[in-house]
Amino acid sequence: MSARDSIRLEAQALSAGYGGASILSDIDLTVPAARLTVLVGANGSGKSTLLKTMARILRPNSGSVLLDGKSVHRIKTREIARKLGHLPQGPVAPEGLTVRELVAQGRFPHQGLLRQWTSEDEAAVTDAMETADIAGFADRPVDSLSGGQRQRCWIAMALAQQTELLLLDEPTTFLDLKVQVDLMELLAGLAHERGRTLVVVLHELSLAASYADYLVMMKEGRIACAGTPGEVFTASHIKDVFDLDAKVIHDLDTGHLVCVPTGTHAQRKTVEQVA
Amino acid sequence: MTVLAEQAGVRSRTAALSGALAVTFLLFALHVAVGSKTLSPATLLEAIFSPDEKAFEHMIVWQLRLPRALTAMSVGAALSVAGALMQGVTRNPLADPGLLGLMAGASFAVVMASQFLGVTAYSAIPFIAVIGALGAALIVGLIALWVPGGTSPLTLTLTGAVISAFLGALIAIAHLLDEESFDSLRIWLSGSLSGRDLDIFAMTAPWIGAGLVASVLLARQVTALAMGDDVAKGLGVRTGWLKLQLLLTVVVLTAGAVALAGPLGFVGLVIPHAVRLFVGSDYRWIVPYSMVLGAAYLLVVDIIARTAIAPREISTGIITAMVGAPVFIQLVRMKAR
Repeated sequence: MSARDSIRLEAQALSAGYGGASILSDIDLTVPAARLTVLVGANGSGKSTLLKTMARILRPNSGSVLLDGKSVHRIKTREIARKLGHLPQGPVAPEGLTVRELVAQGRFPHQGLLRQWTSEDEAAVTDAMETADIAGFADRPVDSLSGGQRQRCWIAMALAQQTELLLLDEPTTFLDLKVQVDLMELLAGLAHERGRTLVVVLHELSLAASYADYLVMMKEGRIACAGTPGEVFTASHIKDVFDLDAKVIHDLDTGHLVCVPTGTHAQRKTVEQVA
Repeated sequence: MTVLAEQAGVRSRTAALSGALAVTFLLFALHVAVGSKTLSPATLLEAIFSPDEKAFEHMIVWQLRLPRALTAMSVGAALSVAGALMQGVTRNPLADPGLLGLMAGASFAVVMASQFLGVTAYSAIPFIAVIGALGAALIVGLIALWVPGGTSPLTLTLTGAVISAFLGALIAIAHLLDEESFDSLRIWLSGSLSGRDLDIFAMTAPWIGAGLVASVLLARQVTALAMGDDVAKGLGVRTGWLKLQLLLTVVVLTAGAVALAGPLGFVGLVIPHAVRLFVGSDYRWIVPYSMVLGAAYLLVVDIIARTAIAPREISTGIITAMVGAPVFIQLVRMKAR
């Protein structure tokens, strides 16, 4: 699928919040199609709120979210769910629900009262489980799995929804570094190989810089800066957005940008100690 | 093509459900047959298919046994399904039809209407019970809206418990004020299936029937809702609208059950959990299984209530928990192994 005929998601002059209080103000954002967009920002900067408003879970106070040029709040819930998948932060599966049953929930928006389970649904579920690498424990209860496996199950559910757009809120939080990297590989692959458009909220800065095609830094409910990691992942932006003194290193072997905080008590190592 | 995994699951569960239905039907027949006068299968069939108004045994079947068996089944099904839905919506394993003051509200309304307004028409009782249950839910809802942060599940549950206790106290006061005429209600308030006739069953059955049909239709969405509001919304569920539909369904089921048998506890809490042990967390299965198992369970309990110390009988509400508690503990133990 080419980027041209993909669904476009954009926020225009968006303000939103909970119970009248405004958290987001004046957000303009066009999500690049078939790319992995990563939202970063300090706690309370409005990343999740932005994600929820774009996923139509939260109603904006003003401004609008457009899906293919049409306001998402004018589109039916089920129709949205066929185009845009959203995974909230730290979802909890009901006790005893099996992996297959959870993933099958992703077919919800494609089914109706009379439309029965079809081979198409079955194929979507099987494919999602294989992509997320969880087919091996399809019949185990979700609550018996490790954190990383569980997160993969939820992602598989969102995949089974077969939406062009996927909005994921902190899918890697509380996971081991290795598991985080595996997940990011999976997500980046979805964008680059399958042409899906992803928007992911992340906490881990270096991970964000490594995998984002488009990096959005948020501060106090506004977008502080956005662009490719090469453009925006700089020490001065990190200082501004996170109030964190850090150095950004360009690792020549991998080509990745790495953020190294420069705390005064962090211990310096001499060249001999490292070698 | 290989059999789809989903279809294979559907087949085995449908088979098991058919089995459970068959057992329930047998229990139904047993319930009608046994009692202070045990009837033979032949008499039973004759009474049902070629009733003779002059035959005493046929009269027992039509006037006493059948209404009571039908009542037991509908109350059991209604309360189990109401409990299952309530647990799914609130994501609270301890939720039951009494949550949000529904049961107390229905009981309170029926007691007040029959004691002080002199309403005794059978056709009115289900209405009154529904209004009472809705009223209690409304009061709980208003308090929740009035208290800052009151719409959290915890506050709703607590408010429901407080309102239940408050209405319970009012019922107790009414009892003290008018002890004599209250005697007839006393048994009803402990959850009883005795003295039901086909008229009151006929008046309540449409309510319960409608509630059960709605439950089956909504079941698929409840599974999505049980994963949390945000996940459900992401899947395309209109959560606010769904919760309203579910609340009305639970109100109708609970009120229907209360109108027939009084505030019967335990069934709505425990049967859905027993069902989950076997069919998991998918409400497309939990709802129909709860319906059948709830009906079967109350038939068994009522058979015991009527025969344990025959010719006297024990209030069904007392037996539900006495028999159910050890059975449930044994089920959990078996499953844990």
